[in-house]
Amino acid sequence: MGLRKLALMGAAVVAAGIATSATAQGPNEQFIPGLIYRTGAYAPNGIPFANGVADYYALINERDGGINGVKIVYEECDTGYATDRGVECYERLKNKGPTGAAYVNPLSTGITFALTEKAPIDKIPVISMGYGRSESRDGSVFQWNFPLLGTYWSAADIIMQHIALKEGGFDKLKGKKIVLVYHDSPYGKEPIALLEKRAKMHGFTFTPMPVTHPGVEQKATWLQIRQNRPDYVLLWGWGVMNSTSIKEAAAVGFPREKLFGVWWSGAEPDVRPAEGGAKGYHAAMLQHGAGQFGVHADLKKYLYDKGKGVAKWDETDEVLYNRGLVNAMLGVESIRTAMKKFGNKPMTGEQVRWGIEHLDLSAARLKELGFEGMLQPLKVTCSDHEGTRAGRIQQWDGAKWVVVSDWYQSDDKVIKPMVDAAAKKYAAEKKLPVRDCSKES
Amino acid sequence: MLYREAGQFKTTYGADQQIFPILQDRLFVLAVIAAAVLVVPLFATQYLYTEILIPFLILSLAAIGLNILVGYCGQVSLGTGGFMAVGAYAAYNLGLRVPELNNLVIVFLFGGLMSAAVGILFGLPSLRIKGFYLAVATLASQFFLDWLFARVKWLTNYTPSGSVAVGETSAFGWKIDTPAERYLFILAFVVVATVVAKNLVRGHIGRSWMAIRDMDIAAEIIGFRPLRTKLSAFAVSSFFIGIAGAMWGFLRLGSWEPLAFDINRSFQILFMVIIGGLGSLLGSFLGAAFIVLTPILLNQMPGWLGVGMSTALISHLEFMVFGAMIIFFLIVEPHGLARLWSIAKEKLRLWPFPH
Repeated sequence: MGLRKLALMGAAVVAAGIATSATAQGPNEQFIPGLIYRTGAYAPNGIPFANGVADYYALINERDGGINGVKIVYEECDTGYATDRGVECYERLKNKGPTGAAYVNPLSTGITFALTEKAPIDKIPVISMGYGRSESRDGSVFQWNFPLLGTYWSAADIIMQHIALKEGGFDKLKGKKIVLVYHDSPYGKEPIALLEKRAKMHGFTFTPMPVTHPGVEQKATWLQIRQNRPDYVLLWGWGVMNSTSIKEAAAVGFPREKLFGVWWSGAEPDVRPAEGGAKGYHAAMLQHGAGQFGVHADLKKYLYDKGKGVAKWDETDEVLYNRGLVNAMLGVESIRTAMKKFGNKPMTGEQVRWGIEHLDLSAARLKELGFEGMLQPLKVTCSDHEGTRAGRIQQWDGAKWVVVSDWYQSDDKVIKPMVDAAAKKYAAEKKLPVRDCSKES
Repeated sequence: MLYREAGQFKTTYGADQQIFPILQDRLFVLAVIAAAVLVVPLFATQYLYTEILIPFLILSLAAIGLNILVGYCGQVSLGTGGFMAVGAYAAYNLGLRVPELNNLVIVFLFGGLMSAAVGILFGLPSLRIKGFYLAVATLASQFFLDWLFARVKWLTNYTPSGSVAVGETSAFGWKIDTPAERYLFILAFVVVATVVAKNLVRGHIGRSWMAIRDMDIAAEIIGFRPLRTKLSAFAVSSFFIGIAGAMWGFLRLGSWEPLAFDINRSFQILFMVIIGGLGSLLGSFLGAAFIVLTPILLNQMPGWLGVGMSTALISHLEFMVFGAMIIFFLIVEPHGLARLWSIAKEKLRLWPFPH
């Protein structure tokens, strides 16, 4: 009797579960997963980014009633920057909503590498904005990867161009010593290939120095730097590693003006813990910087004045919060592009992939969206999944970030052959089919 | 009442010495394997395969390997992650450089053998140093191997980021790419490995390991050679761990960097062995299940219960509850989950007439 009752109850629970999951799949919703981290060693940088993303999706729902009337359903999953947890989050979320995940932002180079293998099978595009595999901008091989706005090779190239400009030309770099202090992971190793090539071209000595995760122990590295006296140090860190590096640079007396961070090392949580020691530190910008722009007025009106914002209002002008906004905007605009072709309904991952590949944001459109001054126009094509390769350099003046350079374009004469070679090698190793981009519309 | 061996007479030595002398145990284990092979594929979703079953099985195999070393031979090791990495990178390089041998069974066994060789090498200090000091020595192997795979570019085929990706995964013409196929392939490997491990630990080799564990001087006096015994434990243990590492890389991740096999992996597997039960193969499975599944369950629990919580709070709660559960189980049963199971079995044999 007891057993029978239990079986009946079990059946009822299962039935109820099926029923709710059926009703939860509303017809007019676009599901977007969020692989973020609000915990762990990288949380100080992960939180503002996640807030920006969440706020932008909320804004689209509040202000426009969704993307062309299709509501965005956004669900976060905390990866803690760990690859295996990130993959678990992805698997958990990828089939939610009526059409599954529209796209995925891994927010970690390690997770990007893992999802690159899964994307073609699951048909879910991977948007790795400003991170991920550098060669994945070659859309003929990496159909499902979109390192929008810039890869690490672009970032390293932009920093090198800035240094060369300060020195008076690339030919003046001969005999100089440049050190890269990097997070010992795929993320940190990405720029090495480009820097080695530049070193060979211009005759400077290049020394990579790894720092192990999470990067709070760097005394030995900076002692070496003090002994070697390099002319410039590039910093490829993330989270707590950045502020530690800047503090150590101050401790060994390395001039902060000659310390250049990548765009993931150039936000407020990186410099504030170092207090006065960070003054003068340079970092590359993933196009946008800190500050408030057109979109912030709408955020205030539709979210923060109603108490619906995720962050605190005075944190919404920070670099990483803005980056979250940009990241979410590019995704939303990709979905909108896809809808132009496929109709105003929830898009599948395959349709969104087409949308990202045909994303074309003009200056006028960026102004309309409230991103004027943050981004330059970008156009994604089959052969170029990066969209744009522009960047600037900013400097921390002790209280705020100041843009100190004009726009740079990374040099495609240097990068393109590297991308082609690396992508070709990847395709050969994995026996992947290569698309002919000249035949794509 | 059901679980009682009264009336089961053993008339041959073979019957008396089989792995499961009690009929009910035999039937139960066969039923579990049959269910894993036949029933699970009927209802399993992709999520269940790739995030629950596959990690559980692979890490169980690694835990079995470590349990042979720590639980049966008494040699504490913190190098598990490094040995897994050796298996994974050896398998990757064989598949890449000798395409004719790109067969999962062959590359996995090669990964296991390479790992066994490295295990023997790093097991040499165990002849002189013991206990915690040995743990520190094996910790050195972990860091050395981490460094090796991060720095020697040839091993990662000169990829700029140091992350490698495997191509086609197939064995004897069978293309193993769907989650269900991967699961069945791993299951077959784990079942065979478990049977091998079981027979090793209950045979004369296992007895020599246990003799060394219980008192190495006494074992030496009655005729066991410490060199051969300890190194054979390191070799067999690393062999299983290496296969688990190769599986983790090929069938779980598909693309990995040395960080996938860092010191945290070593700790994770050591905790599985300690929580599951030292010197118990069942404990390896229970420990792996506990360590793999509990965090995932805790993380999803608020969603299932319909409690609206911020992502950060869920993650923090996960850490706190998981830590509390580990402490709870270690207080309730310091000998691990396997011991709880054997106590339950003792009680079941007397039930319903305890004396």
